[in-house]
Amino acid sequence: MHIEVNNRPIEAQAGETILAALRRAGVSVPTLCHMEGLLPSGACRICAVEVEGQRSLIPACSYPVAEGMKIRTHSPRAVAARRTIIELLLSNHPDDCLYCVRNTSCQLQTLAAEHGVTQRRFSGLRSNHTIDISGPALGRDPAKCILCGKCVRECEEVQSVAAIDFIGRGSATRVGPAFNEGLNLSSCILCGQCVMVCPTGALFEQSHLRQVMAAIQDPEMTVVIQHAPAVSVTLAEAFGLPPGQDMAGTMTAALRRLGFDQVFDTSFSADLTIMEEASELVQRLTSGGILPMMTSCSPGWIKFMEEFYPDMLGHLSTCKSPQQMLGAVIKSYWAPRQGLDPTKVFSVAVMPCTAKKFEASRPEMVHDGVADIDAVLTTRELVQLIRMHGLDMLALPPEPADRPFGERSTAGKLFGGSGGVMEAAIRTACFLVTGKDPEALEVEAVRGLHGVKQTRVKVGELELGVAVVSGLGNARKLVEQVRAGRDDLHFIEVMTCPGGCIAGGGQLLGVDRAGLERRLAGLYAIDAAGAVRMSHHNEAVAELYREFLGQPLGERSHHLLHTHYHRRDVVK
Amino acid sequence: MRETLIDPCCDACWHGPAEFCNDLLRCLASGPCCHDSASCAQERQRRRQALRRDVVERPTIFVGTGTCGLGAGAARTLEAIQAWLLEHDRRADVVEVGCIGMCSVEPLVEVQLPGRTRVCFQHVTERTVPGLLEKALAGEMPAESVLGQHRHERLQPWSGVPYLDEHPFFAPQTRWVLANCGIIDPSDLDEYLAWGGYRALAKVLADMTPAEVCRAVELSGLRGRGGGGFPTGRKWSIANGRPGPQKYLVCNADEGDPGAFMDRAVIEGDPHRLLEGMAIAAYAIGASKAYVYIRAEYPLAIRRLVHAIGEAKTRGLLGERILGTDFHLEIVIKQGAGAFVCGEETALLHSIEGRRGMPRPRPPFPAQAGLFGKPTVINNVETLANVPAILDHGPEWFASVGTAGSKGTKVFALSGKITRTGLVEVAMGTTLREIVFDIGGGIPDGKAYKAVQIGGPSGGCIPLQHLDIQIDYESLKTVGAMMGSGGLVVMDEATCMVDVAKFFMDFIQRESCGKCIPCREGTRRMLEILQAITRARRNESGFDALQRFQGVMALEQLAEVIKDTSLCGLGQSAPNPVLSTLRYFRDEYEAHIYDRKCPARACSELLTYSIDVERCVGCGLCLKACPAQAILGTPKSPHYIVAEKCISCGSCVTVCRPKAVRVE
Repeated sequence: MHIEVNNRPIEAQAGETILAALRRAGVSVPTLCHMEGLLPSGACRICAVEVEGQRSLIPACSYPVAEGMKIRTHSPRAVAARRTIIELLLSNHPDDCLYCVRNTSCQLQTLAAEHGVTQRRFSGLRSNHTIDISGPALGRDPAKCILCGKCVRECEEVQSVAAIDFIGRGSATRVGPAFNEGLNLSSCILCGQCVMVCPTGALFEQSHLRQVMAAIQDPEMTVVIQHAPAVSVTLAEAFGLPPGQDMAGTMTAALRRLGFDQVFDTSFSADLTIMEEASELVQRLTSGGILPMMTSCSPGWIKFMEEFYPDMLGHLSTCKSPQQMLGAVIKSYWAPRQGLDPTKVFSVAVMPCTAKKFEASRPEMVHDGVADIDAVLTTRELVQLIRMHGLDMLALPPEPADRPFGERSTAGKLFGGSGGVMEAAIRTACFLVTGKDPEALEVEAVRGLHGVKQTRVKVGELELGVAVVSGLGNARKLVEQVRAGRDDLHFIEVMTCPGGCIAGGGQLLGVDRAGLERRLAGLYAIDAAGAVRMSHHNEAVAELYREFLGQPLGERSHHLLHTHYHRRDVVK
Repeated sequence: MRETLIDPCCDACWHGPAEFCNDLLRCLASGPCCHDSASCAQERQRRRQALRRDVVERPTIFVGTGTCGLGAGAARTLEAIQAWLLEHDRRADVVEVGCIGMCSVEPLVEVQLPGRTRVCFQHVTERTVPGLLEKALAGEMPAESVLGQHRHERLQPWSGVPYLDEHPFFAPQTRWVLANCGIIDPSDLDEYLAWGGYRALAKVLADMTPAEVCRAVELSGLRGRGGGGFPTGRKWSIANGRPGPQKYLVCNADEGDPGAFMDRAVIEGDPHRLLEGMAIAAYAIGASKAYVYIRAEYPLAIRRLVHAIGEAKTRGLLGERILGTDFHLEIVIKQGAGAFVCGEETALLHSIEGRRGMPRPRPPFPAQAGLFGKPTVINNVETLANVPAILDHGPEWFASVGTAGSKGTKVFALSGKITRTGLVEVAMGTTLREIVFDIGGGIPDGKAYKAVQIGGPSGGCIPLQHLDIQIDYESLKTVGAMMGSGGLVVMDEATCMVDVAKFFMDFIQRESCGKCIPCREGTRRMLEILQAITRARRNESGFDALQRFQGVMALEQLAEVIKDTSLCGLGQSAPNPVLSTLRYFRDEYEAHIYDRKCPARACSELLTYSIDVERCVGCGLCLKACPAQAILGTPKSPHYIVAEKCISCGSCVTVCRPKAVRVE
C-alpha cells in the first residue's frame, strides 16, 4: 500500500495505523497516550495529523491507513493544534517543574519546550487534588496527572489488577483508586508499571534515599548494600553506554565511594533461593505436595495472589525472595561473625523494583524487631545517588564485590530476566534428582521476552511441565487454568513485570522493547561466559550451609529463608 | 376488566390470552379468519370501535399524565376527578393518556360523552375540576376552559366548540410519530392494536426479507433523528451485510440535551410504536437482542416501557418465535445514570457493557464492531418510531412529505421565551418562522424575537434574518446550526447571547467525559473566558483584566482547535455555542468586552445603577434597602449611588416608588 507523507511516498501495510506507518518510515509524531501492543485509546489527540480530504485533524494513533492517503504531519494547522493542546495541559498543571520528581525527564515538559511554549495563553482554575502517599511503595500526585490513561490501562489491561480508574467527569475527572481512597486500601500490588508509563510526575516511588544517606552518615552504623541481578545490566544506559553492558564491577566501586561498607550481590542469594526452591520442588514432587509450585521471588505477584486468589496460596513456594534471604543471613549470620550488633547494621538493597520496598516492610520479614532489609533503592534512585555524588562512571575502575556474599553463579544472575529462575532451578533440580549436572544448561524455550512460555523438561527420570509467565494479566489466565483443573504443570515461574525484573517498575524510564532485549542479552552473555553456571556449585553458598544453615529445607532455613502468606482484603 | 381483542368471539374461536394465533393481527383487523361468521365479524368490529373510542357507552375522561402533565399538577387533577365522581356517584371511565404536546396549558383533561366528540380542556387544576365536570358531564362545554374538540366523522360535534386541528398550535403540524400520543391509553396494547398497531411488523415478517426492509427504509429517505442524520436504511444495510450470528440493535433513549423531551413523550404516550419499530429494525439487521438505553431520570417512561414489553411478550409480539416465525427478539432496558456523553454511540455502548461511558476512536464503527464487539445498529427513539408507519404505508408515502434531502416529519420540543411551549411535529421543510410564530404563538409580553437555539448544546443559534430557513438537515448546517435531536429554545431581546453561550459551555464542560484533552481542558477555559467578559471590573483583581483580553483573543482559536481535534462528536461540536453566537452576535460580545455593557441587560454584573435627580424625591427608602451602603443622600434631596460600592443587586430599583433608579 502506498501513502504519501509530507510529499514523500512511503510504504504502508493494510490494516495498520497511520502512526505505525509513520514510525517505520522514521517520521516522528508526538504521542502521550499511545501504548505499543494495546488498542489505541485516542485520548490525548497530540498525534493529530492533517489528512487530505478529511474535515478535521486525524489522530495518527488510531486511524487506519488507506491507499493513496496524503498526510501532512507537521502542517501549520497540525502543529498549532498540538501546541494548543500542550498549552491547555499546562494551564491545568502545577508550575513546580523545578521541584518535580520528573524534572528533566517529563514528557510534557519536553513537548512544551519542543513546541516553543514560552508564554501562558490560558489561565484559570486548576484542579485541586491532594497527594496520596498512603501506599507503601508508590505515591500519586493527581494534580500533575494529564489523564492520558496509560497507568489505568497498564494496571487493568496488562496487569489485570485494575487498582485505579477514572473518577468523576468533565474537568473534575481524575485517576484514583476505588472510592477515591488511598492506594494503601486499594488492590495496588506496587509493581510500579504505572510509574514506567506515566509521562509526568503524577506517579512516583516512595524514596528511601534520605534514610540511606542518614545511615551512611551515622558513624555507629555499618551500612551494607546488595544489588539485584537486573541492575548491573541496566545502569549503563543512564551514563550514555550501550544497554545490556554489565556494570557490576563499576557499580561496586561506585557504591563503596558512596560510603557503603560492604557491597554484596543479590545473585548470591538467588543461588541460595535456588537451593531451597529446587529442594522444595523435589520434595513436593516426591512427597505429593501441592502442584504446580509457583515461584515467590516477585513481591507484586505475592500480593496479587493474596488479594485475588487466597485459595491458591498453597501453590506458592514458601521461599523468601533473594533480597529477603540475603537480608536475613546478613543480620543473623554475617553480622555476629563480624562482631557486629545486628541492630547496628543497616541493610540496603538496590532493586529494579518498587514492590520490593513493600516486601521489605512486610511484618513477616521482621524478626525480633530486626528487619531483614532496612531500605530499598530503585535503579533510578541509585542513579540519582551516583549523580548527586558526582561520580564519573566511565572513569571508575571496576572492583570485585565483598565476600562472602559477593560470590555468585551465573544461574543466580539469570534471575534478572523472565525465565531465569526456571532455568536456574532446572539446572539444580537435575543435580538434586540425579546427582549429576545436566548436559545442556540452556533451556531455550523459557528464554526471551514472551509473556507466556511453556515447555516440558526432563529432570532425571521425571518429565516436568513448566510454564514461565510475566505480566500479571498472563499470570491470571494461567492461575485460572490451574484453578479450573489444569494438571500438566509442575512448576511455574511468575514475574510481575512483563519481561521480568529487567523491565521492573524501579528501572530507568523510557526504555523500549529493543532496549529490554539488550538487557536480557546482557544477562545471557554473562551466563554464557560464566565460570560457575549452577547454583549448587556456588562455593560461598555451600560454605553457608556447612557453617550455618545445615541443609536446604533444614531447621535454620525454615526459620530464616522461608515465609508464609495470608489472605488480604482490599477494595477491588 | 376491559375486554380485549384477543378474547375469543365465540366457541369456534380457540385462541385466548394464553394461546395465540399466528394470524392474530389479520384476525384482529378484519377477522375472524379461522371461521366464517358475520356475527363474530360484527363482534370484532364492535370491540375495535370500543377500543378506538369510536363508541363509548358512558362518559370517558382522559387525563394527560405524562411527566409534563404531572409536573403541572395532573396527579392532583386526576385525584380530584376520581373523588368528584365518587362523591357524586357518577359512572365514568377515567383514562390516563400521554401528552398531546401543548405543555403550556397543562394539566389537560378531555371529556367524551356517548355519541359526541371528545373535547379537550386546558389548565384543569384540582380547584376547577368540580365546576368543569359538573358542566361537561351535563353536556355543557364551558368556553373559558375549552381548548378544542377532536374531529370525528361519525360522532356528533359540539357546536360553538372549535376543532383542535384548526387550533394554531395544531393546524400546521403533521403528527405521525405523535399520532397516538395523548389519544390512546399507553398501558393498553389492545388500544394500540385497534389503531393498526403491529400491522407493519406482521407484514414485514410475512412478506419481506431483511434486505427488502432495509431497502424500503432506504427508499423512504428516513435519516437519523438523533441529530447526525445518517440514512437509517443504509445503516441497517451495512449491519445486515455483516456476517456473524450475533448482532445487536440499540435504541438510544438517552435524551441529554437541555430542553429536549421528545423521546420521553413518545415512550410515555405510545410505547408500542417504539417497540414495533425496534422489532422491525432488529429483523432487518438480523439481531435477536436489543437494548433500550434510557436515562434513569425517566421513571415513568421506563415503567410504561417495561409494562409494554411485558404485554407484547404475552401476545407473542416479542420474545421467542414472534408471530409464529423464526424471528426472536429479546428487548432489554438498560438504565443510564444520566451522562450527556452517553448519547454518543461508542460511549453508550461502553455504558451498556458495564464500563465507564467514554467514547472510543472510530473506525471501527459500531455497525462493524459495536456492542461486545458485535455488529450493532444504534437508532434514536424517534427514528425507530417512524419505522412502523413507513412499512405500513410504504416508503413512497413517507417520501412524499419533506424536502429533497430530508423526508418525513421532525418532532421538536419548543421551549423558552415563547407563548405556547410544547411538543410539536412538523413536516420537513416547514420554516422556523411557522414553528415559532404560528405554532408557538410568537414571543410573549410584546418582546422582540432574537434567536432560536436549535440542536442542543452542540447546535447553533438562528437569528431573525434566517428565520425563513426550512427545517432540513443540510439547510440548517448552512447557517451554522444543526438538526440535533429536536430541542428548540426561543430567545427574546432580553436574552444575552454571551450569557446563552456561557450557559451551554458550562453544561458542556461539566458533561465532558474527561477523556480527550481539547474537550476536557478547552471547554473549561472557554467557559472561564466567557465568565471573565461578563464579570464586572470591580470583581477582578491583579492582572485579571489583562488575562481577560488575552483570553478573548484566544477564544476563537481555541474553539477551532477543539472542533478540529476532539475525539467524539460531542467534543467536536462543543465550541458551537460560542462559534454560532459569535457568528451572528459579535456586536454583543464586543459590547461586553470593550464597553463593559450587556445590551440585553441580562449580565447583572455589567449593569450600572444611577439615580435620576429629576425624579428622586429623597425618601431614603433606597438608602435603607441598600445592603452595600452604596447610596448617599440626605432626606428630601436627591440621593446618589457610589458606583464603586454598588454590588448591582437591584434592591434600590425594587423599593423606589418614583422609579428614579436608572439601570444601564
